[in-house]
Amino acid sequence: MKRAFPILAILTAILLAYGLYQALWVAPTEKTMGDVQRIFYYHVPSAWTAGVLFFANFLASIAYLVWRNTKADALAVASAEVGVVFCTIVLVTGPIWARPVWGIWWTWDLRLTLTLVLWLIYVSYLLLRRFSTSGQTPVIAAVLAIFGTLDIPLVYFSIWFFRTQHPQPVIGGGGSIDPRMLHAFFINLVAFTCFGILVCWLRFRLEVRRREFEETQALESLLEPRSVS
Amino acid sequence: MTAGTLLTRVTLLKDLRLEWRSKDAINSMLFFALLVVVIFSFSFDPTAEESRRIAGGLIWVAFLFAAVVALNQTWARELRNQVLDAYRVSPAPANSLFLAKALGNFIFVAVLEALMTPLFIVFYNLRAVGPAYQLVAVALLGTWALVVNGTFFAAISLRTRSREIMLPLLLFPISIPALLAMVEATSSILTGEFSAKFWIVLLVAYDVVFTMASLFLFELVLNAE
Repeated sequence: MKRAFPILAILTAILLAYGLYQALWVAPTEKTMGDVQRIFYYHVPSAWTAGVLFFANFLASIAYLVWRNTKADALAVASAEVGVVFCTIVLVTGPIWARPVWGIWWTWDLRLTLTLVLWLIYVSYLLLRRFSTSGQTPVIAAVLAIFGTLDIPLVYFSIWFFRTQHPQPVIGGGGSIDPRMLHAFFINLVAFTCFGILVCWLRFRLEVRRREFEETQALESLLEPRSVS
Repeated sequence: MTAGTLLTRVTLLKDLRLEWRSKDAINSMLFFALLVVVIFSFSFDPTAEESRRIAGGLIWVAFLFAAVVALNQTWARELRNQVLDAYRVSPAPANSLFLAKALGNFIFVAVLEALMTPLFIVFYNLRAVGPAYQLVAVALLGTWALVVNGTFFAAISLRTRSREIMLPLLLFPISIPALLAMVEATSSILTGEFSAKFWIVLLVAYDVVFTMASLFLFELVLNAE
């Protein structure tokens, strides 16, 4: 497993570099939106990666509740943290694109609102972990992660119905997509997924190491000879 | 009567009696909600037509904030004299304890709503254009939606530092679909422009999902050590 890490790191670096080249030079400029459309090659892969990581968080939380494995909990922390970072990228790049194209920074559209609510739920998850007194943290965090996941379909349907009652922004019509654009998009999708997994893995190893260190420190303080007073 | 329902009844009656004698939760909630109503009416100066459109949001935000006041006190009482630890070592099912607490909170918040709604009607000149009987269904389902998750998250935030702040931070994001449903249903009934059916169905789904989840997971939270 440990040997796979540098391999993944190198693969990610190559894919990201190739993806950047594809997105900025090879893919043609979009007719109506212009160069700002290129943000799409980063926006959508980030959203996808955030989704993958949040799903990993859900699985890790269930795994922790079933097996009480501390590594599952470490994975839950890592995936939630990195997922929130990617979700933030989505929420920041979205308005940058929307301003010139739609003429507005933000609209309460289905996907935008869903992403924002998802972000809020996972930030509250991280806050709970931060505020919780250690020892009980993994269990209650895992419970909250399950609640958050259960909430997602309900959020989806509520906003879907909310939006169908209200006017929606007009998004540029159909038309065919240049294959070079699709190519750049898929390269970046794969690159960002690898990147997300890589960072999450790194964070996971850090978390495991940190816990081992804390345990050793606690043991050492027990073993230390008491000073004679 | 099984041991579970007996425990639910005893705990619920105990909480109600305590509340009846002290009136801590209901007094603070009432005054808090009153303050929210007054402050809202200063920040907007709506005409009758406009107020009907925004009233759904105002009412539920006021009730949500007020409910947090009561929810925060749910478990605090049981921490004194290690009552919660006694529950933990007793063979009583954890679910019935949770159910008693949730029902107690439901009663508190429902009483608050019954007392505050006339005030809203007076201050904002409200009159339902749509079918008013649906408002009762929305109120009952919406209150249960807030209270069932609130009781559960209050138990979670017991295990944190600064627990009074933690509860709304956990409760509000998860409650967004329920809150949206309550606000939209109330507004559509008051204005009579849309049907509130979908929102009521959504509230039922929300209530079922989170009641099941809470009953299923509460034991884990109670015993988290």
